[in-house]
Formats: sequence, C-alpha cells, structure tokens
Amino acid sequence: MELLSGADMIARFLKDEGVERIFGYPGGAALHIYDALFRQDSVQHILVRHEQAATHAADGYARATGKPGVVLVTSGPGATNAVTGIATAYMDSIPMVVLCGQVASHLIGEDAFQETDIVGVTRPVVKHSFSIRHPSQIPEVLKKAFYLAATGRPGPVVVDIPKDMTAPTERYEYVYPKKVKIRSYNPVTRGHAGQIKKAVDMMLKSRRPVFYTGGGIVTGHASEALTDLVQRLGFPITTTLMGIGGYPQGDRQSLGWLGMHGSYEANMAMHHADLIIAIGARFDDRVTNNTSKFCPTAKIVHVDIDPSSISKTVRADVPIVGAAGSVIDEMISLVQGREPASGEALAEWWQSIDGWRGEREGKLYEPSEAGEALKPQEVIEAVYRATRGEAFVTTDVGQHQMFAAQYYKFAKPNRFITSGGLGTMGFGFPAAMGVKLQFPQDDVVCFTGEGSFQMMMQELSTCKQFDVGVKIVNLNNQSLGMVRQWQDLNYKSRHAHSYMESLPDFAKLIEAYGFTALKVTTFDELAPALERAFADTSELVFLDIYVDPFEHVYPMQVPLGSMRDMLLSKTERT
Amino acid sequence: MRHIISILLENEPGALSRVVGLFSQRNFNIETLNVAPTEEPSLSRLTVTTVGDDRVIEQITKHLNKLIDVVKLVDLTEGNHIERELMLVKVKALGAARDEVKRTADIFRAQIVDVTPSVYTVQITGDAGKLDAFVQAMAPIGILEVARTGVSGIARGDKLLSL
Ligand SMILES: Cc1ncc(C[n+]2csc(CCOP(=O)(O)OP(=O)(O)O)c2C)c(N)n1
Ligand SMILES: [Mg+2]
Repeated sequence: MELLSGADMIARFLKDEGVERIFGYPGGAALHIYDALFRQDSVQHILVRHEQAATHAADGYARATGKPGVVLVTSGPGATNAVTGIATAYMDSIPMVVLCGQVASHLIGEDAFQETDIVGVTRPVVKHSFSIRHPSQIPEVLKKAFYLAATGRPGPVVVDIPKDMTAPTERYEYVYPKKVKIRSYNPVTRGHAGQIKKAVDMMLKSRRPVFYTGGGIVTGHASEALTDLVQRLGFPITTTLMGIGGYPQGDRQSLGWLGMHGSYEANMAMHHADLIIAIGARFDDRVTNNTSKFCPTAKIVHVDIDPSSISKTVRADVPIVGAAGSVIDEMISLVQGREPASGEALAEWWQSIDGWRGEREGKLYEPSEAGEALKPQEVIEAVYRATRGEAFVTTDVGQHQMFAAQYYKFAKPNRFITSGGLGTMGFGFPAAMGVKLQFPQDDVVCFTGEGSFQMMMQELSTCKQFDVGVKIVNLNNQSLGMVRQWQDLNYKSRHAHSYMESLPDFAKLIEAYGFTALKVTTFDELAPALERAFADTSELVFLDIYVDPFEHVYPMQVPLGSMRDMLLSKTERT
Repeated sequence: MRHIISILLENEPGALSRVVGLFSQRNFNIETLNVAPTEEPSLSRLTVTTVGDDRVIEQITKHLNKLIDVVKLVDLTEGNHIERELMLVKVKALGAARDEVKRTADIFRAQIVDVTPSVYTVQITGDAGKLDAFVQAMAPIGILEVARTGVSGIARGDKLLSL
C-alpha cells in the first residue's frame, strides 16, 4: 500500500494512465501539483505562454493521436483563460482532460483571491466536470475523467481541484484504478441490426446515393472501414470539414468536402441525391444551408454515436445510433456478395457528377500573373507539393483556413487539424505545437493569417524553450480577409474594422525569438522560400507570404438557399 | 403539447444545475420543476413539465439522457400516469368571505391549515388544472400569496422508474 499526497497522486496517476505530456501554466492554487511534477520525470510538462494555448496544444495532440490531451491550469484567471480552448474541443468532440486548481475548500464561495466557479463557467461546453471533495477520491475521479473524455462521443472534461486536496502533508492510499464504472453512462457501440439492414437495402436500391461523413469517422478510427465500404459500393463520398481525410481525397470517388465553401460537385451531388448516407456528421448549418430546402429528393440514413445529433436539424428516415466503425463493419458484411440493384442508374449518376466536375475544372481560381500579388490558393498548392501531401496541417480561422481545406489534399485521417465547430482564431499555432511535439520527425504546417496569428503569437517563446520546429505559413492579406469578404458581399464593401493597420514586421518579430523568417511577395520567390523552409524538419520557420487582399473564397453558398445555390466567383453563380 | 418528464438524477453537487442549464442553453422551456431525494439516498427524483412539439420533446429527452448525472428518465405523458401538485394559498378571509372560502375549499377538497382573524391559509393537492381552477375561484375573494410545488408524477400500474 502506498501513501501519497493528492498532488503526488495526480502526477502518479498521469504516469499510470500513460500520459506522456501535459500542457499548462502554474499559479497559486496549482503549486502543490507543480511541485509534484517537479519531483518526477515520467510526465513532461510543456509550459505555454497563455492558458488558451495549453488547451489548443492539447487539442492538437488529441486530434493527431486520438488520445485525450491533458491541460493543467491554476484557478481563476488561469482557468478562465482556458475556456475558449475547452469550448473549441467541445464543439469538435475532442477528448481532453483539464485539471484546474481551485482555492482551498474553506474559501470557496467567499470571493477569495483567484476564485472562479470554473465548473459553472464551463458547464455548457464540457462533456462533464468534477470537483474533488476529498484527496482520496483523486485516482477514481481522474480515471472517470479520462474514461468520459475518450469514450462515446468524446469531449472535454474539467476537474476542479481545491488547493487543500493536494496538500503535501495529507497522505492517502493510492491504487491506480484500472477500470471504472459509471452507472448512468453506457455509450452504445453496436447499431440496431434491423436498422442497419434496412439502410443497406436502401443503399443497394438507390439510384443517386452519396455518402456524407464527418468527424465521427476520424474520432471513431473508422476511416479504413469507411474506405472499404465506399469502394465496394462505388458510391460518391463527400466529407465535412471535420471529416477531411476520413476518405482519401485523391480518390476518384471523393467529391471533396461539402457545405458553405465546399466543392461545387459535392454540393450539387447532395442536392440531387436520392439517398444520403450520413455517418458521424451532424447536419450543422454550415453544411445544410437552409434546412427547408435541403436535399429535396433524398432519403436520409443517419449513423451517429450521439442520439441527440440524430434528427436535430434534419429528420433522418433511418436513424442508427452506434459507433461509426462498428456500424460500417456490419454494413460491409451485409453488402458482401451483393451488387447495387441498378448499375446503370449508378453509371448515369456518375456521369452527372463528372459533368459537374468538368464544369469547374481549371476555373476554381485565377492564378497570379507576373507582377501580380500571389493568390493564397496557389501558395497552398505549392506547400502541398513541397510537403508531398504528407504534412500534418493545422489552420487558424478565416479565408486561409478554407483555402487550406480546399487545396491541400489529404489522404489520411488525423492530418487536417482545424477548429470547425467553434471557428477559433488563434487555434492553429498552439495546435501545431501540440502535434509537432508528438511527431518530431514529421512536417507540421500551420496555415495562418496575420489576424489569427496575432492572437496566439506569444507561443513563439514556448517553441523556443522546447525546440518546436513547426512551419508557420502566414497568408498575409493585410486584412481580416473572411470578414472583409462578408462585408464585400453583404455591406457594399464597407470594411468596418476588417483591415489591419500597423502590422508588425513579422520577420523581425520572429527573428527576435531567434527563428528564421522569410518574406515572400512574388511568385518567383515562393519555390525557393519553400525549399529553404522545409529543408530541416526540426527548425521553426515562419513564411510571411503576401497574398492578394481582394481574393474571395468560392464556392460560397448563398444564404437561405439550398445546397446547390452557390456563388462560384465574384461574377458567377449557379 | 405539455409533457411531464421524470428523471432519476445522481444526488451529486452540480447535477441539478446541469439539468436546468441544459434547458436554458438549448432554448427549451421549463414550466415547473420539482426535485427531492428518493428512498435510495444516492438518487434524486426530478420532475419537469415542459411544452414542445414532438421534435423538441425528442431533443429534450435525448439531451437529458446525455447528461452523465441522469441515470434514467421517463416521459410520463406517454402513458397512463398520476399527476399531483401541492399548493398553499393565503386568501383574505373577512366577514362573509370567511364562509365563502371555507365552502369553496370544501368543494375542492382543500384544507384550511392556518387561520388568523383576517387570513386563511389553504392547502390543496391535485393536478395542475385543479389548482388553476381553485386559484380562479379564489381570485375574486382576494388571493394574498400562492406557493406551488410544481408537478410531481408517477406512472400508473406496474411500470417503475427505478434503478
Ligand atoms: C476568436 C475569434 N474572433 C473573431 C472571429 C471572427 N473571424 C472569423 S475569420 C476572421 C478574420 C481572420 O483574419 P485572418 O486570420 O487574417 O485570416 P484571413 O481571413 O485574412 O485569411 C474573423 C475576425 C473568430 N473566428 N474567432
Ligand atoms: Mg488576413
């Protein structure tokens, strides 16, 4: 039997749980825990420069590995600084455990120094939260937190730890709980057999089917099974932004991603489909556009691990509650040896789709001509080539994010890491840190904008301390491009606060931290700069690439329209 | 339509706020809410009445079920059930009104549980409709204060909401 203080239990538990690395920032209420971390060397602590970055870094780690990211912050401001990152993880169903220091139990409720009811503050953006009431509960509560974060529909879990729970003088028995049971929590995995059979029958009978898959494929590790199923059936597939990489994008059956800035062919195929097979996607407003005009001729099969996602915005004809992987496996076994009823209809369907593809081919954007500003799209394509499509890519939020999703093609899941649900500017750089620390041999690219980067640029200091060699590609359009685009379209180009006056000289800024920065303003400078930037994976390089400030992201769905109502360029619409 | 949803909830700090928070967060409505421990000390029973079409009620029950603290729930309005609410009403009881209050209370099978020279306190149980009717009947005489518990309910017959 081992007697440990609460603080030592936390450090020990993290080790026993197999946590290699946590991201955090110290402060009064967390100091006993920090002292325990100091006296061990199994768990690495990455000191960020702002607690929001700790959550995004842990989130990046979680998205790349599928394992829960772990954060440690102090009470009050430490915890409130983490809220944006917790909400970001919540919206995208990312497993995360956030340990928050709290003022000592006897002070709670007295507006003590650095006291915040963080359980209350985070309540709407966590999967669950715990407050520790006695040090002896620590192992079990932490086990529950990890279990909840990573199973079912994953999400962030907050653990509030009053300072007296970690006092070094009070010791209790520590046993690592190998298993926990929560009587009210039994996430389903297997789908209803009858419903699955019904869905498969509809699939085989359909004439214009399309798969629409989301982040559930990535978090559910179901990408191989999905690829198998889709290829057996020969159906087209489109993914959500969060589902990118769940099916190889280079494959002929892939229509790219769908929705507001999705591909023309994906949105057209959805609109004309007679059967939509949705798996691990949630029909959110950035996908469906106007739900009353959504896919008028389609029946809907909806597979999701979260029953509350089914029929939330769009009614499902065949709801299936279950884990993506398990349901897909059952679908495969039912499909085996059977052919789609009408091969001819499917061939016709593909003809229509190829027609839509052909319509836009070579017209997606106009490349820059000599002497003109670079187009952001061509920069993404160049980075794609320079990294052979194999990099981990994180993004911030804005036009650059959409361009990255459109022009970098992903063959694998867990490689495209973006804040889809919350759309958090500032996410990309710290998320890239979290990924790079885990995959030091890989290229990790953060596509950012000068607006977003300035929200989390203090993390350069973290990168310096821990030698984090991420590649930062700043698509510098000298404006809050996405905001400006909306103002061009909806406010007669009245650019209220969407431009960036007084931008810093990014190169000097980066150099101040001892890193390399390359400024690129012309097409000719681009290739050599990329070659230099990717010469050494371990080196942080910042590419400050000046791009056309007037470019818009297209296609763009017309507000209140159907899936197929899209602006295709500044002058064309469907 | 009005629904009565009964929930077995972990008797944990914060559990109630998660349920209530869910309703405001998702724009669901709460008409009445009633909560107390059960015979099993680790569980509370919470009953909420809410209004919504089928789609909304389906979302409410799904989201409630998703809360980790919610052990089990039942939409009592889906089957035969007993619905009760308790109300305490203070009414002005002066002169002729004293008899009038007493008579009306008798008709409603309510009890007068406290008396002063000018005020009767009446206790009445029943479904929400009966309580509303009593309030209406008393209104002309002069209601001074109303305290209602909110609806509690239970399924008829052998059906149980338990672990
Ligand atoms: C934290 C936060 N604040 C505000 C927004 C709203 N917003 C969305 S995109 C955008 C502009 C982003 O500018 P930049 O990072 O330069 O990217 P660009 O669109 O220019 O590529 C803003 C302000 C947001 N998504 N996140
Ligand atoms: Mg910009």
